[in-house]
Parts: sequence; structure tokens; C-alpha cells
Amino acid sequence: MEIVFLTFILVLSIFLGFELISKVPATLHTPLMSGANAISGITLAGAFLSAGLVDDGLAKYLGTAAVAFATINVVGGYLVTDRMLAMFKSKKGSA
Amino acid sequence: MDIHILANLAYIVSAALFIFGLKQLGSPATARRGNLLSSLAMLIAVVAGLTAEGIVDFKLIGLGMLIGTIIGALAARLVSMTSMPEMVALFNGSGGAASLLVGWAALYGADISVFAAFTIILAILIGGITFTGSLVAYGKLSEIVGSGAFVFSGQRIVNSLILIGLVYSGYMLAMDPNPESVWFWVVLGLSLLLGIMAVIPIGGADMPVVISLLNSYSGIAACAAGFAINNNILIVAGALVGASGIILTNIMCKAMNRSLANVLFSGFGAVKQAKAVEGEVKPISPQDAYYILEAASNVCFVPGYGMAVAQAQHVVKELGELLEKNGAEVSYAIHPVAGRMPGHMNVLLAEADVPYEQLVEMDEINPRIENVDVAIVIGANDVVNPSAREDEGSPIYGMPIINVDQARTVFVLKRSMASGFSGVDNPLFFGENTRMLFGDAKESISAVITEF
Repeated sequence: MEIVFLTFILVLSIFLGFELISKVPATLHTPLMSGANAISGITLAGAFLSAGLVDDGLAKYLGTAAVAFATINVVGGYLVTDRMLAMFKSKKGSA
Repeated sequence: MDIHILANLAYIVSAALFIFGLKQLGSPATARRGNLLSSLAMLIAVVAGLTAEGIVDFKLIGLGMLIGTIIGALAARLVSMTSMPEMVALFNGSGGAASLLVGWAALYGADISVFAAFTIILAILIGGITFTGSLVAYGKLSEIVGSGAFVFSGQRIVNSLILIGLVYSGYMLAMDPNPESVWFWVVLGLSLLLGIMAVIPIGGADMPVVISLLNSYSGIAACAAGFAINNNILIVAGALVGASGIILTNIMCKAMNRSLANVLFSGFGAVKQAKAVEGEVKPISPQDAYYILEAASNVCFVPGYGMAVAQAQHVVKELGELLEKNGAEVSYAIHPVAGRMPGHMNVLLAEADVPYEQLVEMDEINPRIENVDVAIVIGANDVVNPSAREDEGSPIYGMPIINVDQARTVFVLKRSMASGFSGVDNPLFFGENTRMLFGDAKESISAVITEF
């Protein structure tokens, strides 16, 4: 049942993703990509599980590396997207 | 149990905020707020993730986050807008690496079902391809390795063998999911190898497609990791990213009139023979360019990768302002595949303070291109090549272009007469109404500006 449930979520998310993203104008495609980079850093939530284990096996260190990589995505992605979006200004001067 | 339900409720809030955030990315006016919402969603998901059962040791988590934050923040702050494609390529790679590692670590869990093993292998596979593929893409974009297509005979056979090997070793690993298994190392090695093999045959001008595709993979990898560890927020967020990358990939392919398969599996246009173009080019001096521009009432800039290389966006904007003061209507027409990634030119012009209302898309400018007095092509080539419309033998035939040759006058700023990335001659340069302004784009425009 768990599998069906997760697949259900997956399918709906894909449709939603297509609906949402196809409305993003070409002007914003680069920020969209770096924003998507940041969102894919969601792997972080999964990486915690391995990095926070009790035992001292290799899994723990793999998890730590995963946390580091995913954090690069999250922090770097959001900051650089914000930096870019701050540059998009309207003619009236308001952002 | 309670904390588990609470975490899942937080994931729902987080998913809703991700969706709102992406929705607000639909307009430049609200996009910044959208990004903020999305980062809030991430914060909620991360905090909820930290409450998960079984996490007892926060030292290594803290260490990992500290390292990631320092690298991420420095990279985001220091990168120049011209190098955004490289940056996004590296971020794609780091997303892939994270999913790969999560999958790998999940192999150490107890009682892995066949389905779980299958999703773990998918996370390792897609994560691995994304990781090395992105590194190669980065190498090509930053020209550490040659940016051209690298094709050798038997490439398809080698790739097919890798694929067969992956299916077999993946099957063997799924039957006995165990990180000590030799099949695990085979899957890991072949996935990393496949990423390299998939990107090396793709050349410079096709990079926008590759970056979009790897962007999508990094999302799909997160999705697979979500299945591997039964985490629904990973699935939702990963699917959103995956969908976004696929849409962009599709837009890029359409803008080049090529199928994805054609971009991925063949080096550019080695097959067809285009008509050789003959004629006389008409160079123009900055003074004469000034006289024409001074009289123009509708000017359209058409930037390409060359503008990024010459870092000419600021002088372009300066010239645009002068023309506006002179009473001309100024616009910037941007082809979907101009530059090295989707939206690359828009970001550069935004950096130079060009208001986003003046950035127009190809489909918007083409119907009114005949009213344009002067079209100024800066470092663009293939995206304004009329052969795409007229010469059926041309490798780029059928690709939608910005029809600058139909404007009253065209200025082409160019270093030399070399052809574009596709290696195709451009009849535009020999057109009746075309004037060539040779030299570095930045210097040429500065020279015109001093005339004003």
C-alpha cells in the first residue's frame, strides 16, 4: 500500500509541476533553474536519517557527505536565485 | 508516533509553500517573493526532517551543514552573472551527488525489500549520471575541456554495453541489496561512467539542452531517493524539479527544431552539406553607425553568447538609453537558445538594469520585425541565420530564428567572419541591408556611444 500511496503522490506532483512551470516566462528561466537547484536540495531531509545514526559505520559518513552536498544546493541555490531576481526591475523602478 | 505525524503535517505545509513559490515565479514582479516562500518551505521541511525517528547524533549533521553553507554561500556571492551556466551545472552535480549518497547509505539499512532495493539503485544510478554528467558539462562550459562534441566510432556500442551492464548488475544488486556486494561497485562505477559518456558527445551550442536535462535528472534523483527512504516531501519536491527541467529541455529542443534524441546522440550537423554562401560584406565605421542610429525610431538589440563573452551588457544598456533619449523605441529580442542556458541573456541584461518589459521573446518580435529600423546583432549567429528559413540543405534548416534580415537595417557586431558554433555560414552577413561592425563588441559599442 505504501508504494501505491507514494506513486500516487508522485504522479500528482508531476502534473502539478508541469502546470506550474509552463507558466514561467522565458525571462525567468535561469532563476527558475537555480531555484530548482535549491529545491532539489530537499534530499537534505533524507540525508539527516543516515548522518544521525547511532552506529559508527560508513553509512553515517556517507550521510554526512550527502548533508554537505544538499546544503550547498539549498544555501547556494536560494542565495544566487535571490541575487538574480533582485536585478529584474520594472521600468517604473519598483522591483 | 506523534512526532512522526507532526513531521508529516509540516511536510504538507512545506509542499504547499513550494507550490506557491513556484507559482509566483510566473512573473518577474512577484518572483523574488516566490523564491523567499520556497526557501521558507525548505526551512520547514529541514526542521521537520531533523525530528525524524532514529536521529540521535547531531554532530555530523551540523558539520555537514556548516561545510555546505560555507561553500554554497561563497559560491552564490562570488559567481559572476556571465558564469551562471557553470554555476547551475555544478549545483546540478551536487544535487545528484547528494541523492547518490543517500541511496548508498540506505543500502546499509536492515530488511530492504526488493522494491526498496530497486528505488535505491535508481537513486544511485540517476544520482551518479547527474553527478559526473554535470561535471563534464561544467568542464565544457568553463572550457577546461574542449567545448566541442567528442564523438568516436563505436560510441553507441560502448554506451549500449554500459546500459546492459547496468541492467544486469542492478538486477543482481536488487536480489541481494548489500553495500559489500561487488555488484554495488559495478552499479556505482557504471553509473558514473554513463554520466561522462552521455555528455561528451554534446557540443557547445547544445549546452542549454544538457543543462536543462541534468537539472531535471537532479530532481528525478531526489524523487528516487524519496522512494528509497519512504519520504513524501522528497518525492513532491523532486517531481516539481524534474518537471521543470523537462519543460525547459523541451523548450530548448523546439527552439532548435531538433528532437531530444538528436541532441543527445549526434554531434552537430556533420551530415548535411549547406550551400556555400558568397557575396560581399559591407563593413561600417562607428561614425556611420551613429548616423544611422541617430535617425532610427525603432531599434532592437539581438544578443547572443558573444555579448556574454565580451561582457558587453552594460555598454549595450548605455547605448539603449541614449537611443531612448533620442526618441527611439528600444527593445531586446532574445532567442530561447541564445547563450549557454535558458534565460542566460535575460539575466545579463537584467544585471545591466534593463527593465524586464523591454526584454521580448522571439515570437513577439518577429511579427513586427519589419517596423524595426535597426536591428543590432551582438555576438549572435545561428539564431539569426536566414538559412534556417531558406536553405533546406542547411543543418539548422527549420530552426525558428529571429528574422533580423527583414528589419530595415541590420548591424552585426562580430570579431571576425568565423561561423557560429554550428559551423554554418550565415548569409545574413552578406545581406543587402546588413552592415558589419567588426571588432570587440564592447569596444565597438563604446565607440558608437562616444559619437552621441
